[in-house]
Amino acid sequence: MSLNRRSFLGTGLALGAALSAPAVIGQARPRVVIVGGGAGGATAARYIAKDSGGAIDVVLIEPGKTYYTCFFSNLYLGGFRDFASIAHDYGRLASRYGINVIHDLAVDIDREARSVALASGHALGYDRLIVSPGIDFVDGAVPGWDLTVQNRMPHAWKAGSQTQLLKAQIEAMREGGVFCMVAPPDPYRCPPGPYERVSMVAHVLKDRNPTAKILIVDPKEKFSKQALFEEGWGRHYPGMIERVGPDFGAANVEVRPDSMEVVIDGTPEAVDVCNVIPAQKAGHIAGLAGLANDSGFCPIVPGTMQSRIDETIHVLGDATIAGDMPKSAFSANSQAKVAAMQVRAALTGARAFPAKYSNTCWSLIDTGDGVKVGASYQAAEDKIAKVDGFVSQTGEDAALRKATFEESLGWYAGITADIFG
Amino acid sequence: MREELSLILALALGGAGAGRAETHVEAIGDPVRGAEIWVYCSGCHEIGPGAQASIGPPLTGLFGRRAATVAGFPYSLSMQRAGQDGLTWTLETLDAYLENPVVLVSGTRMSFPGLEDAGERADLLAFLRQYSDKPSNIPEAAPTARAGDPVLSEATLALVGDPAYGEYLSSECTTCHQRDGSDQGIPSITLWPQRKFVLAMHAYKQHLRPHPVMQMMAGRLSDEEIAALAAYFGALGL
Repeated sequence: MSLNRRSFLGTGLALGAALSAPAVIGQARPRVVIVGGGAGGATAARYIAKDSGGAIDVVLIEPGKTYYTCFFSNLYLGGFRDFASIAHDYGRLASRYGINVIHDLAVDIDREARSVALASGHALGYDRLIVSPGIDFVDGAVPGWDLTVQNRMPHAWKAGSQTQLLKAQIEAMREGGVFCMVAPPDPYRCPPGPYERVSMVAHVLKDRNPTAKILIVDPKEKFSKQALFEEGWGRHYPGMIERVGPDFGAANVEVRPDSMEVVIDGTPEAVDVCNVIPAQKAGHIAGLAGLANDSGFCPIVPGTMQSRIDETIHVLGDATIAGDMPKSAFSANSQAKVAAMQVRAALTGARAFPAKYSNTCWSLIDTGDGVKVGASYQAAEDKIAKVDGFVSQTGEDAALRKATFEESLGWYAGITADIFG
Repeated sequence: MREELSLILALALGGAGAGRAETHVEAIGDPVRGAEIWVYCSGCHEIGPGAQASIGPPLTGLFGRRAATVAGFPYSLSMQRAGQDGLTWTLETLDAYLENPVVLVSGTRMSFPGLEDAGERADLLAFLRQYSDKPSNIPEAAPTARAGDPVLSEATLALVGDPAYGEYLSSECTTCHQRDGSDQGIPSITLWPQRKFVLAMHAYKQHLRPHPVMQMMAGRLSDEEIAALAAYFGALGL
């Protein structure tokens, strides 16, 4: 039986080869390898596969089988979403779009050989590579903190178990305790994110632990949507939130996880929960491949999202120096569509149109009090430059804020469908 | 005069065919107030003699009609299924639909959050009821037009969009608007008549419509790009 079957298959293959034109023999479909299955990488994979109709072999490398979105993870902390609602898997990218999803870790990129090495020992050749690795933390950015103490002082800046841990710590905090956030310096993932998080923590504490305090230790002079957040904190959480800026030594901060202390300009403060969000850089693999510059992030060509260092590689999302665009899932998703179009044009001769980029970030301050900021961008000579923008205004009426929040729910449903199919 | 327009609803109390049914009549609601609420509907629906399919189906003759039966209108799969399952538009079903559309038809493309106030629903239903068969003493009315449509040259309106370009441009829309037209907080823009789509986008571009994200998005689209998007979204196969 097995002999018959094998000989049948062999005949079929020989016949197939004989019927093929010589030029086609040995010519595989061009392959795009995508490193990272977040908002940038998964969107790029989906758009290339969807729009090339099978003409391109799309391989997505992502170690996690479940992706927890950083966007809306603050709403989980605040009790507005359950954890399952921010979880997404890669099943539809494989089943509907034929993407080869490999759950493995990319450990090296050989740009000469155009090959990506995986932790499992395999190597994958590519015609075009898309690198969308998100962020990693800068070593030593907050003295006293590293990944070995992330359970004492969670970062929760990559959503998942860290987010669950931080939520549990907030809920278990002693009565009248202090929640401290060590905020990151620019540039970092999700500019309004730390301040939306503070709002969500305050929302939880207002109910469960109303005498608790929140201390923000912030090395920045200013922050995103500052007037909106400060107005909202005054209205919803009066007296609960204190922010220490660089004028009062916040740029010189150290943490002591063993004693749960935060040392601000030499003065120790006892805290009960400490959320340390360190300074950031492009995901490790980008640096390893030589795609990042001294800033720790990756310079790109504004019109195509190609690496300035290697034109066969596109870099997306938080890992890039994207000019005026903030580091956000919306930005990464927007950049991915430009890169997908460029990759299809390079590999299959598909039409390429001028790049258009956009971003909108919604933040929730308290129940039904949503705000947003957004802008559109275009490729200039030297950077991605802002064209136009808007931001919610202080003093807006409750109905508009509620509508803004409801719009953010629609956006979450829309963008996750756009990323994961 | 307006009093005469008030519609009546006969509520038969007691079983059908019972020997002596006590009959009680009361107005559905106030159709004049309903006409004011109708402005929320008239952006997408036409009503009255000569009403045509627009973003939504025409609502002339709505009462007693089986759901999803206006010939040629591209209903959502959910609405088609509801019609096949027997959903017919009556006072009761319309009242439920208007209260919260997605509760009755989960995948409807109607971008309307619902009317919480039962009195407002009754007034709107009284207004709509005027445009269905019986009572016959209702004067005809022309289809209503939405205020705030931008003034566009015939040349702009006549532009034929390039759907392939529209498909690329659409990727900027689908970050928020779902391609299949489902509405979970952001309205559907799928399968609109192209003219309506073009008018809406220019209304944002000219800041006649207020939404800041849409003003920004539309603001940098050329006439050709708007036409391309209208062509793409207007002919999507779902």
